[in-house]
Amino acid sequence: MSLSILTFGIAKDITGSAVLEWPYDKPLTVGELQVQLLERYPAFRTLASLRLAVNKSYAGPDTPLYPGDEIALIPPVAGG
Amino acid sequence: MAAEWTQDELLRYSRHFALPEFGSSGQERLRNSAVLVVGAGGLGCPLLMYLAAAGVGRIGIIDPDAVSLSNLHRQVLYTSEDLGRPKAEVAAKRLAALNPHVEFEVFVEALLSENALELVSRYDVVADGTDNFATRYLVNDACVLTGKINVYAALYRMEGQVAVFNYPLEGERRSTNYRDLYPDPPPPELVPNCEEGGVLGVLPGIIGAIQAAEIIKVLSGVGEPLIDTLLLWDLAAHRQQLISIPKQPGLVIEKLIFYEQLCGSLVTKPATQTMAHEIKPEILRSWLHEGKDILLIDIREPYEFDELNIGGENIPMAELPFQLERLQSGATIVLVCKTGSRSELGVKLLVGQYGLQDVSRLIGGVEGYLGGDF
Repeated sequence: MSLSILTFGIAKDITGSAVLEWPYDKPLTVGELQVQLLERYPAFRTLASLRLAVNKSYAGPDTPLYPGDEIALIPPVAGG
Repeated sequence: MAAEWTQDELLRYSRHFALPEFGSSGQERLRNSAVLVVGAGGLGCPLLMYLAAAGVGRIGIIDPDAVSLSNLHRQVLYTSEDLGRPKAEVAAKRLAALNPHVEFEVFVEALLSENALELVSRYDVVADGTDNFATRYLVNDACVLTGKINVYAALYRMEGQVAVFNYPLEGERRSTNYRDLYPDPPPPELVPNCEEGGVLGVLPGIIGAIQAAEIIKVLSGVGEPLIDTLLLWDLAAHRQQLISIPKQPGLVIEKLIFYEQLCGSLVTKPATQTMAHEIKPEILRSWLHEGKDILLIDIREPYEFDELNIGGENIPMAELPFQLERLQSGATIVLVCKTGSRSELGVKLLVGQYGLQDVSRLIGGVEGYLGGDF
């Protein structure tokens, strides 16, 4: 079982990939996934303003995740 | 109320009149509207061209910058002959030739906390086409405080974001705004701007045109604008996402603040910088030659360091606050970046916020030091 993680902006640079398949071994919340991401990609520590959407809606840390969920990592961008 | 259309206008807007859901009522609403375009750069150019062509009645253009050569690969309102001229003035002249029925107001200045409320309050919609976080938070807060709609777009390399903020809903309620999306700005210069991170020239053309479409939809009442919704568009593979934005509980914007400090950046580059904290390439060369006790820190991202470097240690900008102990070894710290603009903020961060004493930055960055053509 797995989650699908889409990355945008600098999150794509940090993970090196636009789409990640993320293992889902046991029930997981958004906050717990963020901790897992941080362990694998320490650079996310500095991205306090990173927003995370679950199935196309922004989600807070307590939101539960289920196998097959689509997660989007959306850091702020400023270019114009 | 509805003023007569001239023969020129009837022909000029005939395809709008023919559009069933738009018609003369939609055109009338455009004519009676005023839009302030903040930033006449990559997004601002296509945005302004389509707003002017469409017949928005009054358009304000605010931008403190002059046209430079590196603008021309994407800022399609300007030509090589415009180099050095104020963007807002050149833009207004071109656009007046495009559509003489539009009234233009030109502001060759930066949008600041001091002038934002007065300016924003004179328009119906503000288009955020700026290139820095400080002005984006300022535009947002000024729109919330004056009850104006903020049509937002932003770019990163090959990606764009678009949303409609602070749209009036039933009663006194307003739709979500930029702070519902991003309550706090990212750490200084963590997210590279176009100058540092690059941008595909055609990207602002696409995203700016979408931004123009949202403004025209909002003003004319046609279609479904991106209310409480963020459009993400990755041009690399045409990945598109519509993400719903929930309200941030407890979010209140009461007054404008000092956005430069909030975002750790400066809206405009002041002429006087901290000269004492700058060293020229030849000074660094002689220090290295003499074996002077310096701590050379390259604050670019690791991938940039791997591509090209002049030695030293690679600690990305955003990592600096976590490495303070190591930085306080007593040696002179020299910060190095690509062209010398990120390191300016690095010095500010280490000296201003963390109180380190002996910190300098390399003028011109790695590119200036190596002196090649990049």
